[in-house]
Amino acid sequence: MAAAAVIAALALLAILGPWLSPYSYDALDWQHLAAAPGLTAAHWLGTDPLGRDLYVRTLYGLRLSLLIGVLASAVSVGIGVAWGTIAGYVGGRTDSWMMRTVDVLYALPYLFVVIILATVFGRGRVAMLLVAIGAVGWLTMARVVRGQTLSLKRREFIEAARATGLGTRAILLRHIVPNLAGTVAVYATLTIPELITYESFLSFLGLGVQEPQASLGSLINDGARQMLTAPWMLLAPAGILFALLLCFNLLGDGLRDALDPATH
Amino acid sequence: MMLGYTVRRIAGTVPTLLILVTLSFFVIRLAPGGPFAQERALTPQVRANLDHLYGLDQPLGVQYLHYLRGLAHGDLGLSYKLRDESVAGLIAQGLPVSVTVGFAALVLATLCGVPLGIFAALRRGGAVDYLVTGLATLAIALPTFVTGPLLALLFGLALRWLPVAGWQQGDPIYLILPAGTLALPVCAAIARMMRGSLLETLSASFVRTARARGLGPWRVLLRHALRPSLLPVVSYLGPAATYVFTGSLVVETVFALPGTGKYLVQGALDRDYTLVMGMIVLYGALTLLLNLAADLAYGWLDPRVRHE
Repeated sequence: MAAAAVIAALALLAILGPWLSPYSYDALDWQHLAAAPGLTAAHWLGTDPLGRDLYVRTLYGLRLSLLIGVLASAVSVGIGVAWGTIAGYVGGRTDSWMMRTVDVLYALPYLFVVIILATVFGRGRVAMLLVAIGAVGWLTMARVVRGQTLSLKRREFIEAARATGLGTRAILLRHIVPNLAGTVAVYATLTIPELITYESFLSFLGLGVQEPQASLGSLINDGARQMLTAPWMLLAPAGILFALLLCFNLLGDGLRDALDPATH
Repeated sequence: MMLGYTVRRIAGTVPTLLILVTLSFFVIRLAPGGPFAQERALTPQVRANLDHLYGLDQPLGVQYLHYLRGLAHGDLGLSYKLRDESVAGLIAQGLPVSVTVGFAALVLATLCGVPLGIFAALRRGGAVDYLVTGLATLAIALPTFVTGPLLALLFGLALRWLPVAGWQQGDPIYLILPAGTLALPVCAAIARMMRGSLLETLSASFVRTARARGLGPWRVLLRHALRPSLLPVVSYLGPAATYVFTGSLVVETVFALPGTGKYLVQGALDRDYTLVMGMIVLYGALTLLLNLAADLAYGWLDPRVRHE
């Protein structure tokens, strides 16, 4: 649960942190080009060669990475839950076609699909990036949710609901989905770090967030270019991304062990 | 029986590749703004000639069939941006480097991961176990675009043991950092998986029987427990290969390797349709092939799978 606290702290820092510094994420400071970090210096984490404040840029990047990761996870959870419950509940031919689609999509190299989508939609549009990443993240969720739905379907309370004349839609929304909440929460927690990685991966390659905006991935790329002269540009965003991913993974694993002992 | 299984698995792979090709072809063509849209304004005549050269003036369906026919002959078309270069030619230049790095990474990951997992499982609850599982959790959480630059910083710039970047044909010292970067998370995943499945196997009744017959611990491990616990690792090699391919895009950028990954990135940045398509086809085919190979190896190791 320490992981949850760290995530909360990082999220808070991402939201509030930039206001603690007088600089904005794209302001140039000509007096301090590529300045080294230091607590007494004007720029706490130093600046890049254009004189932009790295403390603000890193937190700004963290904010964008978190935002895209969480929203894209919401998109993929939405698709996955809808797909899985419908396939599992309706069953029969519908189920086999829906799950076969998932199997085929599973076999495709997903990151290349993201690259295609990023190529097509044009770079730099955060909304498009979000949809592109969310569109490939829902497959595992759909499989897990379908499995759970199949076992829920045979329970008495669903039968009772059907006997009272409730429609499929109402049963799905009112009885199946609420009972899936635990499982969905676990896999959503595991989806977030995965999708944050995708976003950072794309931004690292230059296909995601564009200048002057920053995400952790694009900052790591900038840092890797300046590694020789300004290693602090690499270390700050890399450290934050690492902490973020590690905590989400630990939290997800912990939740899974707590809520779903069968998989362990 | 093995033959039937093999045929079934191959028959399942071909349509998937076709779907990938079809999907990416049409999605890419639907994109607004063609490959010539960003350049200096061309006179209509030049533009028409260019479109004609690349077949862009024909209906989409015709272009698609044309592409498929070329694909069947190993012709992936001409690059739009890198003039006078055919996509197949670019692949032929870069592929040996990418395959060397990727293959080295997979071998390295397996050779490190399997023994680490075995040691951790045999000394369950001991210091080695905690160290391996702890480090594995860290390594899995770290994406290659973080570890790559950090390793280059540490071993290349700070310690000066290895070259920071670059590639010289036949000199394995340039291989260490890129292959190591790619291998790290795969190795961690393999170690974790190996540990889990060996622990499970060691508690199975046939292992208890083998022990009861008075066999020594090494003989029990090597003759009885190892083979069934390797199964999950083998089936993981398919996804691991996918991971290595996607990771190679990053690693080739970080370490400035002349592989195929940079063409995919460059093609995507330039909207070079044929180049992106060619790379998607290449990586898609490689991924599916390796998944197929992993499945076949699995079927060979575990006869139950073939009968499903």
